[in-house]
Amino acid sequence: MAKAALGRHQTSRQPMALPMVLYAALFVGLSLLYIIGLSLMTRGADFTAGAPYGLHNYERIVSPLYLRSLLQSLRLAFFTALFCLALGYPFAYFMAKASSRARTWLMMLLIVPFWTNALIRIYGWKILLSTTGPLNQMFLSLGLIEKPIRMLYTDFAVQVGMIYAMIPFMVLPVYSAVERMDWAMVEASRDLGASPFRAFLTVTLPMTLPGVLAGLVLTFIPSIGLFFISDLLGGSNTMLWGNMVHNELLKSRDLPFASALSVVLLTLTGLVILVYRRMGGKADSMVF
Amino acid sequence: MKKKNSPWANVYLALILILLYLPILVVVLFSFNSNPGRTANFQFEGFSLQWYEALFNPASGYGGPLMTSVTIAVWSVLLSAILGTLGAIGLVRRPVKKSILGRAGNAALSLGEQVAVLPIMIPELILGIALMALFTLMKLPFGMITLVLSHVVFCVPYIFITVRGRLSSLDPGLEEAARDLGATPLKVLTTITLPLAMPAVVSGCLLAFAMSMDDFVISFFVNGPQTNTLPLKIYSSVKVGVPPHVNALCTLMLAAVFMIVGLSQLWQARTQKRLKRDEKQAARARAMSAN
Repeated sequence: MAKAALGRHQTSRQPMALPMVLYAALFVGLSLLYIIGLSLMTRGADFTAGAPYGLHNYERIVSPLYLRSLLQSLRLAFFTALFCLALGYPFAYFMAKASSRARTWLMMLLIVPFWTNALIRIYGWKILLSTTGPLNQMFLSLGLIEKPIRMLYTDFAVQVGMIYAMIPFMVLPVYSAVERMDWAMVEASRDLGASPFRAFLTVTLPMTLPGVLAGLVLTFIPSIGLFFISDLLGGSNTMLWGNMVHNELLKSRDLPFASALSVVLLTLTGLVILVYRRMGGKADSMVF
Repeated sequence: MKKKNSPWANVYLALILILLYLPILVVVLFSFNSNPGRTANFQFEGFSLQWYEALFNPASGYGGPLMTSVTIAVWSVLLSAILGTLGAIGLVRRPVKKSILGRAGNAALSLGEQVAVLPIMIPELILGIALMALFTLMKLPFGMITLVLSHVVFCVPYIFITVRGRLSSLDPGLEEAARDLGATPLKVLTTITLPLAMPAVVSGCLLAFAMSMDDFVISFFVNGPQTNTLPLKIYSSVKVGVPPHVNALCTLMLAAVFMIVGLSQLWQARTQKRLKRDEKQAARARAMSAN
């Protein structure tokens, strides 16, 4: 009976969602469909696109240059997600176990860098890693190295910058999963004779898996598309997928080809999200 | 029962935090460097405010972009708050419909909902290019309007998801009771639903505001020749080198964020304390009435 009452009163509210749904349909749905269409066209003069139609843009992508770039981007994104997990999981776990006062502080200290501009944080690394920068000077004075090592404008710098920019996106979902976890289960497994390691592996880890999955998706997907980190920290041979798209669009002004490159990225993203959904992930775990 | 952290756990927490703050500390330190030469970012010589002076010099050109960013963020958050909150109220509980038309409508709304939250799941780069292509097709001049329209696209999901989460945790009985007591649907909305949703609307708006102020990638693709946001300006100054006055700018932005986060934490701690006190008083009152 309660259900019937609920239905009666709620019916009239659905139209309220129309403005949002229509807005998203136009600016998200239609614009994404439009670049899929564009990717099948040929560039014209002055940023236009038109006939002939075909798969020629995709044929151009299947070349060593672009495949190498794709591979490089995927490898970078993979290691970013992996290192974020390795560094971020223990952090989130210990944070969830800390006293409530310490937790407030840790959360604040974690969020503040994340709320400041991403460019600023990357800029700090630019200073730190430069040949005459603080890190090199410290290593020199400690006698660890004899002459400064080149760290800035290398793939190493890009990897460091990427992990740095992405780690909060791993810590936050894992933290909320650990915090919600029922500690009695862990205790039960310990009482039944499991070693701490075994209890972690068979109880804690499976129970916090939703957070880990959300973290992996949240760190992997943006890493493929971020072009400014490799732009600012990478060398001339760091050509990630994001840089390719960026260059095609702003230097060659080839909208159809840039669209084709984006559609490849979109397909990859779609696959990752599909796998995530299959494993039981929800979009809501991505907002904190 | 939770076991307490071992000392090693605390060492680990501290170590990661040090790593997180290392680049930020370097920036703050060098913002006060008195070394005016080419080595201003590498050799610390002494304390000075010269880079702050350089930053506040109108010639540095940061005032305009800051104003542009704030204007865009305010408009985007305002529009997104309306779209996202209404969307959450409309979609939080969907009645089961039997007719074909009703079922089709429900399916369309579900699809619309998924499309609306898509912007937080796909790389910003794709959305930037897609929006740029769409605006070119629509022949919209690139500038403030395209920037606000684009920022609304990625601000809506943050507000929508936080508000929907809050609404779905509410007891539907509250609204039912108001309806049964004769309130019109509009009255229920303005006196029950909206006030209860407000904390989530506010926190969603704060998140969206931060995202809008911080956005570089999407703005990069949809900005016009006359508009320059703060992240775009920072990018163009950082791209070629490491200009020392950027250190001063970063330090100021950090201080602002720390202040906002600190104040909100303080406010939260206070409300929690008040809640606890109220609970204690209620318990005491109950105990007294039982006697």
